[in-house]
Amino acid sequence: MTTTTPELTSVTPARTRLPSWSPWAFAAGSLVLAFLVLLVLSSPTPAGVVLLGAVVYAVALTVTSRVVEGERRANDRLATTLVTFAFALALVPLVSLLWTVITEGAARFGPSFLNTNMVGVFGEMTEGGVYHAIMGTLYITLAAAAISVPIGILTAIYLVEYGRGHLARGVTFLVDVMTGIPSIVAGLFAFTLFTLVFGPAYRAGIMGAAALAVLMTPVVIRSVEEMLRLVPNELREAAYALGVPKWLTIIKVVLRTAIAGIVTGVMLAVARVIGETAPLLLTVGIVADVNWDLFDGRMATLPVYAYRQYSQGGIGVERAWAAALTLILIVMLLNIVARLVSRYFSPKASR
Amino acid sequence: MAVLSPPKVGGRPDQQEPRARRSKGGLAGRLFEYLSVGAGLLILVTLAAVAGFLVLRAWPALTASPEELQEISWFGSSTFLGYVGPLIFGTLLASLLALLIAVPLAVGIALFISHYAPRRLAQSLGYVIDLLAAIPSVVYGLWGALWLAPTLDPAFRWMTDFLGWIPLFEGYQPPAKNVLTASIVLAVMILPIITAVAREVFLQAPRLHEEAALALGATRWEMVRMAVLPFGRSGVISASMLGLGRALGETMAVLMILSPGFLYSFFLLKPGQHQSIAANIASKFPEASGLSVSALIATGLALFVITLAVNMFARWIISRRSEFSGAN
Amino acid sequence: MSKRIDVSDLNVYYSDFLAVADVSMTIEERSVTALIGPSGCGKSTFLRTLNRMHEVIPGARVEGKAVMDGQDLYASDVDPVEVRRQVGMVFQRPNPFPTMSIAENVLAGVKLNNRRISKGDASDLVESSLQGANLWTEVKDRLDRPGSSLSGGQQQRLCIARAIAVKPDVLLMDEPCSALDPISTLAIEDLMAELKSEYTIVIVTHNMQQAARVSDRTAFFNIAGTGKPGRLIEMDETSTMFSSPNVQATEDYISGRFG
Repeated sequence: MTTTTPELTSVTPARTRLPSWSPWAFAAGSLVLAFLVLLVLSSPTPAGVVLLGAVVYAVALTVTSRVVEGERRANDRLATTLVTFAFALALVPLVSLLWTVITEGAARFGPSFLNTNMVGVFGEMTEGGVYHAIMGTLYITLAAAAISVPIGILTAIYLVEYGRGHLARGVTFLVDVMTGIPSIVAGLFAFTLFTLVFGPAYRAGIMGAAALAVLMTPVVIRSVEEMLRLVPNELREAAYALGVPKWLTIIKVVLRTAIAGIVTGVMLAVARVIGETAPLLLTVGIVADVNWDLFDGRMATLPVYAYRQYSQGGIGVERAWAAALTLILIVMLLNIVARLVSRYFSPKASR
Repeated sequence: MAVLSPPKVGGRPDQQEPRARRSKGGLAGRLFEYLSVGAGLLILVTLAAVAGFLVLRAWPALTASPEELQEISWFGSSTFLGYVGPLIFGTLLASLLALLIAVPLAVGIALFISHYAPRRLAQSLGYVIDLLAAIPSVVYGLWGALWLAPTLDPAFRWMTDFLGWIPLFEGYQPPAKNVLTASIVLAVMILPIITAVAREVFLQAPRLHEEAALALGATRWEMVRMAVLPFGRSGVISASMLGLGRALGETMAVLMILSPGFLYSFFLLKPGQHQSIAANIASKFPEASGLSVSALIATGLALFVITLAVNMFARWIISRRSEFSGAN
Repeated sequence: MSKRIDVSDLNVYYSDFLAVADVSMTIEERSVTALIGPSGCGKSTFLRTLNRMHEVIPGARVEGKAVMDGQDLYASDVDPVEVRRQVGMVFQRPNPFPTMSIAENVLAGVKLNNRRISKGDASDLVESSLQGANLWTEVKDRLDRPGSSLSGGQQQRLCIARAIAVKPDVLLMDEPCSALDPISTLAIEDLMAELKSEYTIVIVTHNMQQAARVSDRTAFFNIAGTGKPGRLIEMDETSTMFSSPNVQATEDYISGRFG
């Protein structure tokens, strides 16, 4: 890149480039310098060193490059630095969040925490756990999935296989709109719907499930739609040419081919709503014991449990961290299983 | 030849003549089609029901007299607008601050993944950012209140000491339960969605333009500025709008971090100045009854309308863009 | 098992666009009819009207008659699904169902239609169909392997086996060899020569030599220009078409003086 013909040198003078290892050298130098400066001023902390080092690095590299390589190269180096820093900066909350949840949550997390409920736990008692909240979360989320998965799959089938004209475009638009409904509004909707029908004091798991279903359905529709569109048209035509009616083609060829992707999409949608807190806070509330009746009475759920324990303070905060750890483990498990399903059960693409 | 001797296949006696049937695919086929159309219509009905029920329950509060409203203990105003105004202000302030923090970061991350990171790593790095979206909001709330707020404390002290002459940064009081902390957490929460959309559009930037720019001797940054950023501008705008919609409706992070107040205030570091609609509903709803429920639902309706407008605007930009570029 | 088709005054539309105009022809039973012509002249579109696959595309419709042994395929009381059971089709690119094994692919026409079939009948049908498609000896030891594990030419013969397992009267082939190598093409051509003793075969091909080799009768389609409908220019015995066609355009096309 630096070799230029003699005629061209008059137009673009070939400037020396910094060696390719220079960013690393600058990074190391900047960190050392930052450490020394902080050592002189006060006591250096890892965060402070990295922060100051980053600033020193960006300034030093850009200035040096400007002197040696010219303005254009300097700008290029600055942009590379900033873009890389942006990514690194995004890792800070992720790493610190996971780290705090794991370290703080580990204090209380364990088999007995997972296996007990909150009956008879008060004050600064160290007993108590999340068994009832795990059950409630699973129960309500399953109910939400039972509502939204069939509707979501059928709507996606409508959009991909049947939908034409204004209605299809309208439904597509409304699905987008539905994706943007704030979770608290979904909670208010479920609350209003059920209290109008069953009276103002009605509280039940199904209310929470309905609210979660409102949030989950558009996510399911979008991912199933995407999967159905990935099924090559040739397979539909192959089935039609065999005298298979359209609906059987959809069920036995299209859905069958897309099933791994659909399962993945549904699991990711479940993972998305399983941590929803606000709608459950409004509709389902919290109790101390397992409630197996979806249609009557409050239920405990992990997110609401974590929030309530946090607001109580004291030992509750420890329980809140442990509940958060439990919740994150469930969510991560769902994510991992979902990715494995799509990796191992997708049909191998035919050439 | 073998195919001449047809093995008996059960249940196809009338195979030789096209059957006299008008129906396309028979009863089951039609039933299936109606079922799928019905599911599509159900989406329409659900949205209408969300709007309808909220209006229905909010109506008493919207039409109540000032005296009735003042009977609600926490209702510090004589009109509904007077009550919801500061909440809308707080919601918008927190969300816009979050956007201000998140958009430049997200554009940088998206560029890093699409044009700077080694190609083999790009997809995994995308997954890492997507992980941020998988974390439940209540966990963000815990993290923001118990880790981020103490961590930011020295920085905020420094800001109010050295930048305190700017009113924005005046009067910090620990703990850092102020709107800036809440906005930072919101920014982290909306980072993945903005990054994901921006990454998509940056990857769609015409490869030919990029190569043309490089062939002209442009540096990588000049190539990005000439060929990638102009192409992705509308995509980034609509992604920001989607992120804004997400931030407006986020409840838990604000509820757990922000110490609430009902003022039109630009003091970003002072506690007790702001509150968002969603967090306000979540904090008051469990103890509310009667007219106060209606009042809270009415604020929820306002939130619904605002997010709807923001999301529709985002979708409108996306659809306009796809008309222009011919790429969907 | 084979039937003749009389097409008269057939017009094919995509929404308002007339794609193929005024086609009248007779497709003889137990013979191979080749449709040739330049790209975009409507020969594939016409082929797809013969088993009403055309209607799968939204907005597509047909005017005119296509009569198979006295029954108009487009009569109002005819179910297109039934038509497709009698007029099978093989596509340009082999398209075995990726989720099914080789045997399941052959049985797809039965299984996908929810028909019951005894185990013995099923294995008989698999064997006879695969033998009919000259594939049996190559795959008989690996019938439960996925269909996509075969080579391209084998996949295409699997698709032919799948089509004849439904016992159609007519077999439509839309450029069945265009995605295949010469050796696989030869295998398919040999197969066509055998199949025509049982089936009426209509094949669309861009390959002049192939049309000359496999077909008994040849129809030449042409298009006056973009936006104009494709038309049937002439149709005759293949030997006549390739030695002394009546129309100059046919001779130009066949001798390669075209476009």
